[in-house]
Amino acid sequence: MTTIDLEEQFMKRVAADEKVEPKDWMPEKYRKTLIRQIAQHAHSEVVGMLPEANYISRAPSLRRKAALLAKIQDEGGHGLYLYCAAETLGVERDTLIEELHSGKAKYSSIFNYPTLSWADMGAIGWLVDGAAILNQVPLCKCSYGPYARAMVRVCKEESFHQRQGYEILLTLCNGSADQKQMAQDSLNRWWWPSLMMFGPSDADSTNSEYSMKTKIKRFSNDELRQKFVDATKPQADILGLTIPDPDLKFNEQTRHWEYGEIDWEEFHNVVQGNGVCNKIRLRERNEAWDNGKWVREAATAYAEKREQRKNESKQVA
Amino acid sequence: MSNTKNWPLWEVFIRSKNGLNHKHVGSLHASDSEMALENARDVYTRRQEGISIWVVESKNISASDPKINDEMFDPAADKVYRHPTFYNLPDELKHM
Repeated sequence: MTTIDLEEQFMKRVAADEKVEPKDWMPEKYRKTLIRQIAQHAHSEVVGMLPEANYISRAPSLRRKAALLAKIQDEGGHGLYLYCAAETLGVERDTLIEELHSGKAKYSSIFNYPTLSWADMGAIGWLVDGAAILNQVPLCKCSYGPYARAMVRVCKEESFHQRQGYEILLTLCNGSADQKQMAQDSLNRWWWPSLMMFGPSDADSTNSEYSMKTKIKRFSNDELRQKFVDATKPQADILGLTIPDPDLKFNEQTRHWEYGEIDWEEFHNVVQGNGVCNKIRLRERNEAWDNGKWVREAATAYAEKREQRKNESKQVA
Repeated sequence: MSNTKNWPLWEVFIRSKNGLNHKHVGSLHASDSEMALENARDVYTRRQEGISIWVVESKNISASDPKINDEMFDPAADKVYRHPTFYNLPDELKHM
């Protein structure tokens, strides 16, 4: 069969909602698109642990501390599920890590914003994880089997992340005036970056069309962004917080909340590495990797020694 | 000696409760089987998803090739007589 035939057959299978598994034939573009997307997703989970890490020792109660620790541990786990899914496409784990650490690979820009107060732990859970869930739920039906299965696990675990974040803000909003102001300030800073998490608007999204055609993606960036705004506005009302968008208004005809212009220049700036925290995040990742080198080496040496001893005792017997 | 190369890849299988079989849940890297089991516990059973874990080094798994699926699974395709509904029995016969 020629490549053209194979590709036609592949597109038919995907159109019929059949899943693609690692050993199946797939077009190179499909493989590359998936590797890029899954790796970016994995990197986002791993880098996403950093803005929260500072608050483990600053959590206001043991309950909050235990929840935050569990959330961060989940994120490490989610990174691992995703790296494994990427590896089924024939890329090496070390290559992916190197690309992250050299700055070649991207991760979600949201993690290049600083976490300035405890309320940010609430806003990240509520908005950032909320946006992530909207992105991830359709990925459970992604055409690539290992990615879809990893997403099912991630989504199951993620809903507690959003709820614990919302609860943090709810507590602050029911507290003193200063606490409520802290929550409002946090929403003011995280709202627009959260909207940017869905990526460029459909007209400017270069990779979207192929991803939609091959059913890697099922909703466009703008569709998901609209879902997010519609879901989040009533949640903000319950908290008694104001979304920092003077243009936000309900359209009776479409039954959707219309939002103001997103600052795409800021978005592109952060993507290109000029966000407040781009450099510190990469530095911390590199330090963690370099400082862990002796552990990786020691574990390998230990495994080799045990293997050798096992072989020696076999020879004696 | 050891360099920065990846630790070997392990496939993880979990029995969620007695009476059910072990099911493939994913994979992970570990230097040896002991570490693979411990990592599998941390990565795949954080919410009591299992009571038993198997880990198998991925290189030890032989997999069939999807390219020859037609020949591979063809022998089962034309043997409808292996299914109970193939046999014509009278309606009076209630349970069989």
